[in-house]
Amino acid sequence: MSGPTAIQVEDLHKSFRIPIHRVDSLKERMVRPFAARDYRELRALDGISFEIGQGEFFGIVGRNGSGKSTLLKLLASIYRADSGKIRMAGRLAPFIELGVGFNPDLTARENVVLNGVMMGLTPRETRRRLDAIVDFAELDEFVDLKLKNYSSGMLVRLAFSLMMEVDPDIFLIDEVLAVGDASFQQKCADAFREMKAAGKTIVLVTHEMATVEEYCHRAMLISEGKIAHLGDPEEVGRRYLRLNFEGVEATAASSDGGEDAAVRMLDARVVDGEGKRVSSVEHGEQIRIRIEIEAREDFAALAVGHLIVSADGVNVCQLRAPIGGDPPPPVKAGERLKVETTVDNLLGAGHYFVHVGINRLLEGGVALDVAGATEFVVFGGPADRGLVSLPQQTTVLERAEA
Amino acid sequence: MSETTTPALREVRGPGALGGGRQRFFDLLWLMSVTEFKRVYFGTILGYLWSLIRPLMLFGVLYFVFTEGLKVGNSDEVEHYAVLLLMGIVLFTFFSESTNQAVNSVITHEGVVRKTQFPRLVIPLSTVLTCAFNLALNFLVVLAFVFAFGVDPTWTWLLLPVAFFFLIALTVAVSAALSVLYVRFRDAAIIWAVLVQVLFYATPILYPITFFENPTTEQLLMTNPLAVIFEQVRVWVLAEPAAPTAAEAAGGWLHLLPAAAIFAGICLYAAWIFSREAPRIAEDL
Repeated sequence: MSGPTAIQVEDLHKSFRIPIHRVDSLKERMVRPFAARDYRELRALDGISFEIGQGEFFGIVGRNGSGKSTLLKLLASIYRADSGKIRMAGRLAPFIELGVGFNPDLTARENVVLNGVMMGLTPRETRRRLDAIVDFAELDEFVDLKLKNYSSGMLVRLAFSLMMEVDPDIFLIDEVLAVGDASFQQKCADAFREMKAAGKTIVLVTHEMATVEEYCHRAMLISEGKIAHLGDPEEVGRRYLRLNFEGVEATAASSDGGEDAAVRMLDARVVDGEGKRVSSVEHGEQIRIRIEIEAREDFAALAVGHLIVSADGVNVCQLRAPIGGDPPPPVKAGERLKVETTVDNLLGAGHYFVHVGINRLLEGGVALDVAGATEFVVFGGPADRGLVSLPQQTTVLERAEA
Repeated sequence: MSETTTPALREVRGPGALGGGRQRFFDLLWLMSVTEFKRVYFGTILGYLWSLIRPLMLFGVLYFVFTEGLKVGNSDEVEHYAVLLLMGIVLFTFFSESTNQAVNSVITHEGVVRKTQFPRLVIPLSTVLTCAFNLALNFLVVLAFVFAFGVDPTWTWLLLPVAFFFLIALTVAVSAALSVLYVRFRDAAIIWAVLVQVLFYATPILYPITFFENPTTEQLLMTNPLAVIFEQVRVWVLAEPAAPTAAEAAGGWLHLLPAAAIFAGICLYAAWIFSREAPRIAEDL
């Protein structure tokens, strides 16, 4: 980081008091006047300090419940810190999600003005920019339509162009890429590149490592309210995955049923032709699933299996292959293997998860089983029903006059 | 786009009752109230009429019951009973609507509270302001009644804004306190709905304060700040020597002290509880 500082965070603490017995009504309060004092202290953030430079694209990653969203809410002045200091330079977009504060019963025009003022413009300024906002969102004809009649795509477009037009110095963004269809994600990606080029300071909270690696100058991994790593996005990505798999291994080892986690998962990702991590694969291209494992004991032979599951939990297909030729060679303890499985992408547009399993090929049994080891989004392809579009051949066999 | 000048680092103090600059506070307050008012006004077929029909219906029913049935409001006993009743109902409707809507206003604006930096006080204030727009319009109807029933304008009408000020101040205080209390105690809404009913009868709206013909009861009633305000409005509108002023009804200026203390207490409590709870609202939702 170089140049002037945009965000400075010093020794930030935040804990939530979770009542063991939530007192929600007056009766409970009266019956048990001191019950409300029984709290469990949940430390969401435990002494976080960092600085973000102006014009920096900064990623914050962490598992669910690690405190990353709490941190973002503290930065956005939605929560108040218990102790510690936050300092910021420049105007902040006070939103952490697109389209918050939109009232479905009001027209786009009224909503834009209201939200513009929320973002710190004067009403007059907002009205002056209204045309540009509506123009950018390609919604000129619908400016006096109530938002409840908007499609979700139109809403997102309006929210997005509003944010771009208000033009704050600092953006705090929470998982925006998760919303919208593939084409909107593309638009978001373009906007990110634009914002980055324009020298905006951007703080992005996400769990999609591909996004972090693609855009972020630096990234921070948060674990249990503390900074686990801060620096190069690739390194943060690696540590994040390790953290994830450690959690999975722990659960796999504790569960019974013959799973002994005799193989350690080091990495699992979907990559493109050049081996770069990607989050989406176009229909008709190839899906390349790359895993890295470490054997913890000797194996006569191993097989790798991938189960592709749709976002709705439907098992779409299973891929299975022995590792390393035919017949597969033995694997020694401590050996590390990088295995890539390639399959034609016949999947329809949507979000898919990959479960990875490593099996003992000769003895039988599961050596490792990781649910949701990696994930990817499929875009493009025919807008048909169905999860897959299988190759087909249709020929007219007979044609005759009646 | 990014300027060459470097903005200085400023400390971020987190959410609060005000927060985010005075200009933005008032802009937001005004915009939210106006858009909400417009939404109700233009959103339904009868629009504004709805907000008038309710007090008018109530007025019609009560007027019939109390003049024809119970003979409380006989014109020979109480001069201009109709005008007083309508005015009382319109003013009380403002109080009850504002506070009842403010109770769950924070929950209604949950999205804004949880996801944006937003001066929290704007939320209950804007519901009160929206109701105040209604009050202003309804008061025009009251004025029509006043002239139709042949009440002559007097100089004491100029004092009415004083009474309105206290009424609005009380409404704001109660609304603000209720809006944050509701986040913690969900029964606040039910309790308040009952209390409003009680207050309606404990305020000289249906009856003149002299109705009980018992100084102790009158004094007791006059500990209610609303009763003091309503009684004074009645005196100022009619400029009628027969009706006792608030002080007379309470039995001397000294006896107004309890009402004043209660009023001040509510305002101070509201200010304290709101500024204490405001930074935490988003977490408690």
